[in-house]
Amino acid sequence: VSFLRPTDDTRPWTGGYAPYDLIKELFIAIGVIALLAIVLSVLFSSPDDPPSTIAQWSRQQPINFIADAAKELGGTSDTAEYGPPYNHNGEGQHAAFLYPQKWLGVSHPIDTTNDFVIGPLNTIPNDAALRSAVAEYQAAPAATKKAWGEAYAKPLEEYETATEEGKTPPSTVSADPATGAVTVRTSGAGPVPVMMSGLLGLAQSGGLDGDLLTSKQFFQTDYTKPLLFMADGGLLDERAEAQHLLGEQWGMMNETGSYPGQAWLWLYALWYQVEPFKASENADILVMLVMGALSLLFVCIPFIPVVNRLPRWIPIYRLIWREHYRAGQST
Amino acid sequence: MSVTPPPPAPASKSWTVRTRERAVDALPPEKLLPDGQPTYVASWIYVFGVASIAALSVIIASGSILALKGPAWWHYTGVGHFFNSIHMWGVELFFFVMVVHLWGKFWMAAWRGGRTRVWITGAVTFLVAVPTALTGYVSQQNFDAQWIATQAKDGLNAVGVGAFFNVTNFGQMYSWHVLLLPVAVVLLVGAHVLLVRRHGVVPPFEIDSRKAALASSSAAAASPAPPDGSPPPPTSIGAPS
Repeated sequence: VSFLRPTDDTRPWTGGYAPYDLIKELFIAIGVIALLAIVLSVLFSSPDDPPSTIAQWSRQQPINFIADAAKELGGTSDTAEYGPPYNHNGEGQHAAFLYPQKWLGVSHPIDTTNDFVIGPLNTIPNDAALRSAVAEYQAAPAATKKAWGEAYAKPLEEYETATEEGKTPPSTVSADPATGAVTVRTSGAGPVPVMMSGLLGLAQSGGLDGDLLTSKQFFQTDYTKPLLFMADGGLLDERAEAQHLLGEQWGMMNETGSYPGQAWLWLYALWYQVEPFKASENADILVMLVMGALSLLFVCIPFIPVVNRLPRWIPIYRLIWREHYRAGQST
Repeated sequence: MSVTPPPPAPASKSWTVRTRERAVDALPPEKLLPDGQPTYVASWIYVFGVASIAALSVIIASGSILALKGPAWWHYTGVGHFFNSIHMWGVELFFFVMVVHLWGKFWMAAWRGGRTRVWITGAVTFLVAVPTALTGYVSQQNFDAQWIATQAKDGLNAVGVGAFFNVTNFGQMYSWHVLLLPVAVVLLVGAHVLLVRRHGVVPPFEIDSRKAALASSSAAAASPAPPDGSPPPPTSIGAPS
């Protein structure tokens, strides 16, 4: 029992006191830390890589943009199949009987077909062909929409696969560097090519960036939709990889450039590098639960047997209080 | 015509009086701001506690300047970028000195002698500081903010937190970063410091009771009380860990 609940033999200090000016110490500490921060700022500044925009993405990687937009339209992108809190198209992650993602429900509803494609296309004025294509798509049965989407996506997938593998991409997909227009040679895609061409033009003009902001009011602060749309594509990943920010590169604890970033998240990022978390489809909830449990243990260290005795058994305290013990021995 | 003084207040104590008396009992002025410390407080490790408060002060000061000018200011002015740099390095220094402070207090077993709440408030401060920093990183309005937000959302969504704490919503994150979480950190640090002042700095382990007694009596003879003449602060209030 004493092993589990060790006796606390700490007695009130009845020894001597030395003069100590707490307020002076605080002001000196503030001065030193402020000086350190200023010196570090002068020497190293701070990172500020400009944000990406959908306009930039669609101009630099028009084929990647079109490929992703087709998935948003067909409901097969990462966001479209995410589940809560964005939609009901997936259950989200779980750990054993815990389904918190599902339990908390859809709080930021996103329907990628309408929010990312149809809605923005409807804002383009004076384009009868586009209006007709959108109407045809919306009136079609689900099976037809799926067939059109697959017919359009197939050459794009072949192109992306060939590009990733370093092979010569098929000639069915091409981009005009001068105009930024993308041509996808396929049959049986119905109105989808016209719609994708319209969306690409809107994106390259910068209009899609604004359309994807929550549109219920003039002032906007919620970037969930444009961020998720971009995250489904390849530009953010490409920039992140170049800046060592991918998950397998210890992810978000880093930041652009050679700055320390959120180094205090090292333990959180560590779990993603090791099994069983690394390969798990539920890695996020598992890592969060592990970190939650470890955080609780950290707070409760005074009550944890063995751990709360470690400082007594490993005599680092002799170094900390060496002056005190030396004074005792010399007495 | 003479003025009659008001009758004396009834003996029953008001909430105000009770609060004042409890506060003064718990932390009399000479204990709240003592001008002496126990002789064992003689190591560089003690510097890291006050250094954490100093770093927090630098963060709040630089963050206040950034807040005064608005979230976009630092992107297009050199002065703004400089204050952003001070803010960022202040945060890096804060976490560094706080972690050293925590390790130091762990190896001192600083929860001993009824100081459990001192440890708990310190540990919770560290845990609350993490999302405080995260909300800052996702409020930067640059590529870091975009990337960190799109990565952080998955962990938060997986445990249901994303339903009410949306890291891709700049407005929400900025509010949390400049008000709600800093207030929580400052309140926790305030509680932590008051608890330290109330219970005093944890005494060393007694490696040998005879030697410790000798050391105590010897030191007490040299300086039996704090330099201001007030009695030595009592310690060991609260349940032992």
